[in-house]
Amino acid sequence: MSNTALAIVLAGLAAMAALPFLDTGFWLALAISIAQYAVLATAWAMFSGPTRYVSLATAAFFGIGAYTVAVLGEVLPWPVVLLVAGVIGAVLSLLVGFATLRLSGVYFVVFTFGLAELIRQLVTWFEVNVTRSMGRYVFVEITQAQIYWQLLALFGALLALGTWLARSRLGFALHVIGEDETVARHVGIDTARAKVALFALSSVFMALVGAVMAPRWTYLDPAIAFNPSISFTVLIMALLGGTRSLLGPLLGVVPLALLFEVLTARFPNHFSILVGIVFLLVVYAVPQGVSGLLARLRRGAPA
Amino acid sequence: MEAAAATLVTGLVLGGMYALVAIGLTLQYGVARIMNLAYGEFVVAAAFAALWLFTSLGVSPLIGLALVMPLAFLANWAIYRIFLTPLVRRAPNAGALETDSILATFGLLFVVQGVMLALFGGAYQSYSYLSIPVEIFGATITANRLVALGFAAVIGGGLWFLLTHTRTGTAVRAVAVNPAAAPLVGIDMARTAALAFAAGGAVVASGGVLVSTFLTFNAAMGVVFTMKALVVVIMGGVGNLMGCLVAGLLLGLTETLVASFVDPGLTLAATYGLFLTILIARPAGLFGVAAR
Repeated sequence: MSNTALAIVLAGLAAMAALPFLDTGFWLALAISIAQYAVLATAWAMFSGPTRYVSLATAAFFGIGAYTVAVLGEVLPWPVVLLVAGVIGAVLSLLVGFATLRLSGVYFVVFTFGLAELIRQLVTWFEVNVTRSMGRYVFVEITQAQIYWQLLALFGALLALGTWLARSRLGFALHVIGEDETVARHVGIDTARAKVALFALSSVFMALVGAVMAPRWTYLDPAIAFNPSISFTVLIMALLGGTRSLLGPLLGVVPLALLFEVLTARFPNHFSILVGIVFLLVVYAVPQGVSGLLARLRRGAPA
Repeated sequence: MEAAAATLVTGLVLGGMYALVAIGLTLQYGVARIMNLAYGEFVVAAAFAALWLFTSLGVSPLIGLALVMPLAFLANWAIYRIFLTPLVRRAPNAGALETDSILATFGLLFVVQGVMLALFGGAYQSYSYLSIPVEIFGATITANRLVALGFAAVIGGGLWFLLTHTRTGTAVRAVAVNPAAAPLVGIDMARTAALAFAAGGAVVASGGVLVSTFLTFNAAMGVVFTMKALVVVIMGGVGNLMGCLVAGLLLGLTETLVASFVDPGLTLAATYGLFLTILIARPAGLFGVAAR
């Protein structure tokens, strides 16, 4: 994105910050849901788009953020809680990254596939054996409007970071890695380090979203915080939107967030089947995402 | 001493099941090159089929095995032909196929899981079949576990025989070793891949039926089976049956040891610990030769 485009988008986000003054009920809740997925899907695509490593661990990082708030929310001031959530997310992503990203993509996929479940088990074990209490109440003075503003701010920061990244050496290195990892290594790119760095950046944003969203629940236990459907939802949104451009995932987030809202309300018992079918449709029908489709149409090639 | 013997036998039985389930996955991933994330759902689906046959029709799980395996073979063959062949055709290279198959089977996972939730609900299920205590090596164990282990050995051994002593089996192994060279010696890649995928599906269904005789299970458990099967396949080296057996037994023993002597809540942590150790020490698997 150019500087002007970024400025326009950021101005748009600033204008959207006025929403809570118009409505604090249904529309704000919907906007929070969209903003949450916008940050998560964009952060997911920032790593998985250029590197083509499919991360299935969004729920793990989201859960870490949320659970940090459940544990520390009452003890520390809010900015410090956010900072701690981000740091824990970064440390975990560095561990996962250094263990798996030196190797081929399969190891990474397999490792991230069960990561949320692993951390859920570990946290549960810790709570049962050490603190002897399962589940926590979240008592922090954060309104819905404040959650919404924080999400918008995160999204703005993420877009600015993405724009900077696209022009940086790191961004270029990742682009080369995505095209051909062997070539990247031959031109002297430290591929493992570049991948780990980006994975950590993307994971920090996911952990922060989890932390920001935590006050929406009044009660949190590991099963709620590490809900695996988040990994799935974020993945399908980013894929539908397309991962090639920074604003691509947003094109998938908005329609799918609305669709899922309808599906959960009308077919709560068959949600999983329907979402799975939507997912398959996206993988088969729009492999490059909506933004890829648009780019192809603009070039005039037959779609 | 008795506790140790019991742990050992239980661990071996569990490990045998993991090995069997992983052998199916190694066929699908090593030969058909499909990274099947919906794999564990088929374990659970077969377990539910066995439960339904036993509780509503009174069919013994061992006869159920003879019904479920051919059905699973056909179902997986159809899945490969209808859903996965378009992805194979569309993929420009092996990496792209891997990504596409991960995504497609991830979607499939939620569809199959959703169907099972709608049919059977989310509660834990089990049924009582041959739960007679038997004494072996000083340890007491239920007969159903021993029967399951015996059948797993027969199915695994039979598959090994087919792969090493028949013409088709040799073709399957050739594709696993070198997918680029296999067509040069006249191997029909599409047919062999579909066959391997279907055979893998039949093996995993047999694993599901056998597991259902002694474990409680629910509709959401598939992911854990997939995870463990993937870890075993990678530990043993992709496409390596012997590796699956050793790695499966190792995982079963580790888990049972951790569950009985440390905490049952830490079994997945044990799986990950083992996986991490292998990743760091031998990234190509226990029997792997070249690391990339």
